[in-house]
Amino acid sequence: MPSGEKEHRGWSYLIIGLLLVAIWHLFAVLLNSIALPTPIAVFYAFISGIKNDLLTHLFISAIRVGYGIALALSLAVPLGLVSYKNRTDKFVAPLIYLLYPFPHIVLLPLIILLFGIGDLSKIILITIIVFFQILVTTRDAARNLSTNYIYSLLSLGASEKDIYRHVIFPASLPKILTAMRISIGTAIAVLFFVESFATTKGLGYLIMDAWSRMDYPDLYAAIVAMALLGFCLYVVLEKVEHKVCAWVYA
Amino acid sequence: MIESKGISKVYPDGTEALREVSFDISEGESCSVIGPSGCGKTTLLFILSGILKPTSGKALIEGKEVVSPSKEVALILQDYGLFPWKTVYENVSLGLELRSKPLQGLRGRRVEPHTGKKERREIVSSLLQDLGLKGFENHYPKQLSGGMQQRIGFARALALNPRILLMDEPLSSLDALTRETLQNFLLNLWKNNGVTMVLVTHNIEEAVFLGRKIVVLSSRPGSVVKTIENHKVGDVNYRNTEDFFEKCRAVRRSIEGGAT
Repeated sequence: MPSGEKEHRGWSYLIIGLLLVAIWHLFAVLLNSIALPTPIAVFYAFISGIKNDLLTHLFISAIRVGYGIALALSLAVPLGLVSYKNRTDKFVAPLIYLLYPFPHIVLLPLIILLFGIGDLSKIILITIIVFFQILVTTRDAARNLSTNYIYSLLSLGASEKDIYRHVIFPASLPKILTAMRISIGTAIAVLFFVESFATTKGLGYLIMDAWSRMDYPDLYAAIVAMALLGFCLYVVLEKVEHKVCAWVYA
Repeated sequence: MIESKGISKVYPDGTEALREVSFDISEGESCSVIGPSGCGKTTLLFILSGILKPTSGKALIEGKEVVSPSKEVALILQDYGLFPWKTVYENVSLGLELRSKPLQGLRGRRVEPHTGKKERREIVSSLLQDLGLKGFENHYPKQLSGGMQQRIGFARALALNPRILLMDEPLSSLDALTRETLQNFLLNLWKNNGVTMVLVTHNIEEAVFLGRKIVVLSSRPGSVVKTIENHKVGDVNYRNTEDFFEKCRAVRRSIEGGAT
């Protein structure tokens, strides 16, 4: 990509960002309701939140989401990759068929019963939901791979392990990272759900707490913090993708 | 010496790809395998290279049955078989890298020679130089033209210094000019390196230009219609001679005869 275009795109992000804030401001002024404060009011609440303990809650939420995604990734990717073989897929395919369409979030009562109301339950629920999103994508990527790549590698004297290392994994990686970017949104939605009760830590708690106090600037400050969390994860993943999948963008 | 002894292949889905295919190619010979699309040419190459097992019959190299990919044999696939996620350098050195570690499962035998990292670098660099790919080491295949991509494919196969080169329509997606250049390249490679070449193609001129022996296969299931000797192969100007055109006509007649 020419550097001129990159610069241009940097500008476009800024313009769209400002435009969104402007629309928010317009709505806040037009609605004139305490339920939608102006961006400036929220900004001040955010700053005073930082001086208080907003960052601690943000950190705790980040840890929960981070663990959830990392755990899901480390379980789903290997399982998805080995499904390239019919022998393995015989078991993985029915697993996906039967368990993926099921709304995993309703498992919350069971998970709390089994793992308590601590961080573990929260992480496990995020893991389960993200796990399936990544598994479905990784499996599809591994199975739709042209067999020519595998034949080509075999003819060079590759072993079974080499096939994963040199073909299946690198070929599926762009799809895995896309699945991860998509699952960030889901992970944070689940995070809000699991943090909205039986805890006194995390951004979900802050949102529910501010809501019950009808402190709308605080409520939106917590929402902004949650959005920032998602935004940062998204940016990091995109950077990682450009780095490790340079061939896609070459 | 490559021998195909009554090779038949039926895929698990019931498709019969090859029926009783027999021919042999002596050491240092070049052989073209030609036939209508879908006649099992690729299957035949996969069997000769040890990637697929025949349903019946066997492939022999130097009198030994082919059971797994051998170090002596390099395979070049249609549409290059390059890995888009690897750079030019990584693609070319991959075979050496894979072969440089002791292969397990091959009856516990260590595969020699052991090529170290430095040695690999030297082999790859000189090959890239020879094939006009110097300076493109860190490019990805898709950044290069079709002709260059195919040369990467050749470089990767040649890096293993194989005695047998099996090629599956290696030039089929190239434009006419690039195609002729690479045909000349293959001809010189065969003449100068003493490598045994098997070229699967559906292009009659290519089969006649490069194959001292031309095996004509029938449509599916592929079986040998005719084996044509073509001793004049070896000169780049062969393609402009009357003998060449006569041979092309002979091959075309055999194909048409076998297709009906």
